[in-house]
Amino acid sequence: MSTTLPAVAFYLLAFAALYGAISMMSTRNVVHATVWLLEVMLATAGLYLVLDAEFLALVQVLVYAGAVAVLTLFTVMLTLRRREDAVRPFPTAWGSLAIAALFTGAMLLAIRGFCPVGVEMPAIAPGIEEFGRELFTTWMVPFEVASLVLLVALVGAVWWTGGDDR
Amino acid sequence: MTVGLPHVLTLAALLFGIGLYGALSRKNAVHVMMSLELMANAVNLNLVGFSRFVTPEAMTGQFFAVFSMVVSAAEIGLGLALVIAIYRRKRSVELDAVQELKG
Repeated sequence: MSTTLPAVAFYLLAFAALYGAISMMSTRNVVHATVWLLEVMLATAGLYLVLDAEFLALVQVLVYAGAVAVLTLFTVMLTLRRREDAVRPFPTAWGSLAIAALFTGAMLLAIRGFCPVGVEMPAIAPGIEEFGRELFTTWMVPFEVASLVLLVALVGAVWWTGGDDR
Repeated sequence: MTVGLPHVLTLAALLFGIGLYGALSRKNAVHVMMSLELMANAVNLNLVGFSRFVTPEAMTGQFFAVFSMVVSAAEIGLGLALVIAIYRRKRSVELDAVQELKG
């Protein structure tokens, strides 16, 4: 028993993600780029829903669309002295463009040449309940390590951005 | 019109390429951090796609994506803290302003 992805939803969300990413690169305003990144993250959350990963979709909205977007906006606001500083000249970086295009072309060729699975996907997808059970049994130790990583990152961020009295 | 794993991988590769271009070409540190987030996002999309199509019962890709999200959240927090620390010292977030180690 197998099934396929809902094509219309996938193509709409893929278009939204790609359009947002291209707009993020083609805008000259850093604040606009942040909002476009937020749009890409929301489209990716939709793609996770299409791929039957409900928990990841929720975490994506909470962490990326919530925390990361707000953090980036705050940093942009804290590091801009004038309003005009948000608008940046468009970089002329043909070398970067060539490297990125070469890399993407190589990846696309690799996907065409070597893709282990076709369009058919298994019909069974465990729900969020099974996900939680697995997370707190099989993946217990990595989960605790992840909390430690986040604690260290929190303390480090506070230390680095701390006051001038050091 | 059917959509399968190759389509998901293609979309992720395109997103990663756009993020790579941004990370390499931008001079603004905040914009570079956002491009890195875009690339991490593309990798997570790959992981979730493989998880759904190859091992949907074990959900290994989904757990990898969760921990990858943890690491990239820590990375953006520390990265933006560094940007603010550089701004305090240099009054600028341009990467061209930080080249003491340039040979």
